[in-house]
Amino acid sequence: MTGEPVLEIRNLSVEYGYDADAVRVLRDVNLTLHAGEVLGLAGESGCGKSTLAYAATRLLPPPGIITGGEVVFTSTRDDRRYDLLTATDDELRATRWEDTAIVFQGAMNSLNPVYRIGRQLTDAISAHRPEQSARQRRDRAAELLDMVGIPADRLRSYPHQLSGGMRQRVMIAMALALEPQLVIMDEPTTALDVVMQRQILQQLADLRTRLGFSVVFITHDVSLLIELADRIAVMYAGEIVEDATASQMYRTPRHPYTDGLLHSFPPLHGPRQELGGIPGAPPDLMSLPRGCTFAPRCRVALDRCRDERPALTATAFADREPHRRVACFQHEREAAAIPPSLTVM
Amino acid sequence: MRYLLRRAAFYLLTAWAAITLNFLIPRMLPGDPVRSLIARFQGRISVEATESLYILFGLDEQKSLWQQYLDYWGNLLSGNLGLSFAYFPTPVVDIIEQSLPWTLALVGLSTILSFVLGTMLGVWVGWRRGTWADGLLPVTNFLSAIPYFWIGLIAIAVFAVAWPIFPASGGFDPGLIPSATPEFIGSAIYHGLLPAFTIVISSVAGWILGMRNMMVTVSSEDYVTVAHAKGLPERRVMIGYAARNAVLPNVSGFALSLGFIVGGTLVTEMVFTYPGIGYMLFQAVGAKDYPLMQGFFLIITLSVLVANMLADIAYAVLDPRTRQEG
Ligand SMILES: Nc1ncnc2c1ncn2[C@@H]1O[C@H](COP(=O)(O)OP(=O)(O)OP(=O)(O)O)[C@@H](O)[C@H]1O
Ligand SMILES: [Mg+2]
Repeated sequence: MTGEPVLEIRNLSVEYGYDADAVRVLRDVNLTLHAGEVLGLAGESGCGKSTLAYAATRLLPPPGIITGGEVVFTSTRDDRRYDLLTATDDELRATRWEDTAIVFQGAMNSLNPVYRIGRQLTDAISAHRPEQSARQRRDRAAELLDMVGIPADRLRSYPHQLSGGMRQRVMIAMALALEPQLVIMDEPTTALDVVMQRQILQQLADLRTRLGFSVVFITHDVSLLIELADRIAVMYAGEIVEDATASQMYRTPRHPYTDGLLHSFPPLHGPRQELGGIPGAPPDLMSLPRGCTFAPRCRVALDRCRDERPALTATAFADREPHRRVACFQHEREAAAIPPSLTVM
Repeated sequence: MRYLLRRAAFYLLTAWAAITLNFLIPRMLPGDPVRSLIARFQGRISVEATESLYILFGLDEQKSLWQQYLDYWGNLLSGNLGLSFAYFPTPVVDIIEQSLPWTLALVGLSTILSFVLGTMLGVWVGWRRGTWADGLLPVTNFLSAIPYFWIGLIAIAVFAVAWPIFPASGGFDPGLIPSATPEFIGSAIYHGLLPAFTIVISSVAGWILGMRNMMVTVSSEDYVTVAHAKGLPERRVMIGYAARNAVLPNVSGFALSLGFIVGGTLVTEMVFTYPGIGYMLFQAVGAKDYPLMQGFFLIITLSVLVANMLADIAYAVLDPRTRQEG
């Protein structure tokens, strides 16, 4: 179900810090999200997933600086098309939440502790739809809470009166307040127990079928993405190393890192199995190796991998998998055995 | 509501403890200085007055401590704090009644002004951190480092002596009799401007710095980022999301400083010879006027308690989390 591009991230680079102390956290990230698509973004902790979400929405907190690239949003409902990174503050503010809404990783702290839930749901509506009456806004807020399975009388609650899972669902409801075209979700379920996680993901899937928005779903749990996402991008040390459809990724992971990730998570379904994991730790972003950033941990690395950095390019099987890209010199190598218990749903 | 009731009970208990201490402490001190002062005033003090002083200072050895305590409460509740030695035979209560309004007006208003001004500037500087607004910080650091009496003396030297636009001392024109006439009120305001200015200058820096630092901390909270992401107008994010949360820790600081209005203004009133509580307390200490001192200490203790109570109420109003925890 891939339509027109909604969000095109091109050569996006981000640094934290100034001058000599700066760390390059994102290096020339290219990623395209299509209308109606669920794009999964996976990678180990610290690889830059959240940074990518913040940078792509121009919400990067200091000392983060976007040092290059563009983020083009193309509306699917009218013919607006703009680069988020060069838009003026006022233009950007007018499109925020209307076009792109975000559920942040820290959904626990995403609610203002001194305002009631209702007020926090309605203030986005009043900022963007000033013509609506207070009554309409309140009804809409109640409807939103209902959508995520929270009774409407919770509108009068303060955040500290809600459980963690409820707060998370409030944030999801809030993201849908203006029916945005794109919702970015940064680990929206990580802090929850498995039952709650299931429940929220199910609600999310239902809402998406009903409202038809695109999703960028960020997690370090690839097995979850294989069930959930249409397409998956795998990040390693600030770069995309593989970008393929969920089933391609699962059947034939072409990057050794993807392969490692698939073996390091227990499947949500099926019997318990031995976890492979990836030996070693992610590189220090301050002093990256000269060649492939994954080479020091790679089981199949060659001399060439330690000297040259592979670019993210089409695979050798471009005729069979045209939209697939991988950053590895040895991607044609026979893929490792697929964990038998991981089943595509 | 239950939270407030519990706090109220706590304050009643504390007030009782403070008043009881005020009763016990003079009794534990060696009684000789008071006794000798009373002896010195012998003949000039009426017999009843001497008796009430004996009760206040626990020199009345014919009665049991318990009986003395009851008498002490009786005196207190009927507003009898004894007679001042230095301003004999004026009752201590009258002196407090005369000097308290001056202190409350001068120091109260300038403390509130300083808090409001400092908080607003702090919000603005904190929100614009990393821009030229940070240039204000060295100035505030400098101001908060100067001792207060120094600011007071310089203000007098510059604005009352070298360039005499303000009076150097007093609370009103000595030629006027305190009354509610426009002339007297005008004179009182005119006399208050310079001391008020020095109080604001010396305390505003602390509020600016405190608020600025809290703004910087709160600005990186997730809910502020969410407010930005929602495309709310910048002013609403700054005030409703950032400042609204950043001000919470400052509220208790403010309430405490309200408590020190009554007790902590000795220096201001001494430098400006201002007829408030601080100045009178200074006089009382100089004249070994024990009844007056005791009366002032009682008032100061109670005002600190009242300020704490206000802080609690403000907190309960501003922070929904306190309301529940109680
Ligand atoms: N304010 C900051 N200053 C300096 N470095 C930072 C800052 N914020 C993040 N980083 C660095 O940027 C890198 C990417 O961080 P990011 O939060 O994007 O990771 P992530 O992939 O979202 O990780 P996780 O899965 O744990 O959420 C990390 O190595 C981190 O150390
Ligand atoms: Mg993250």
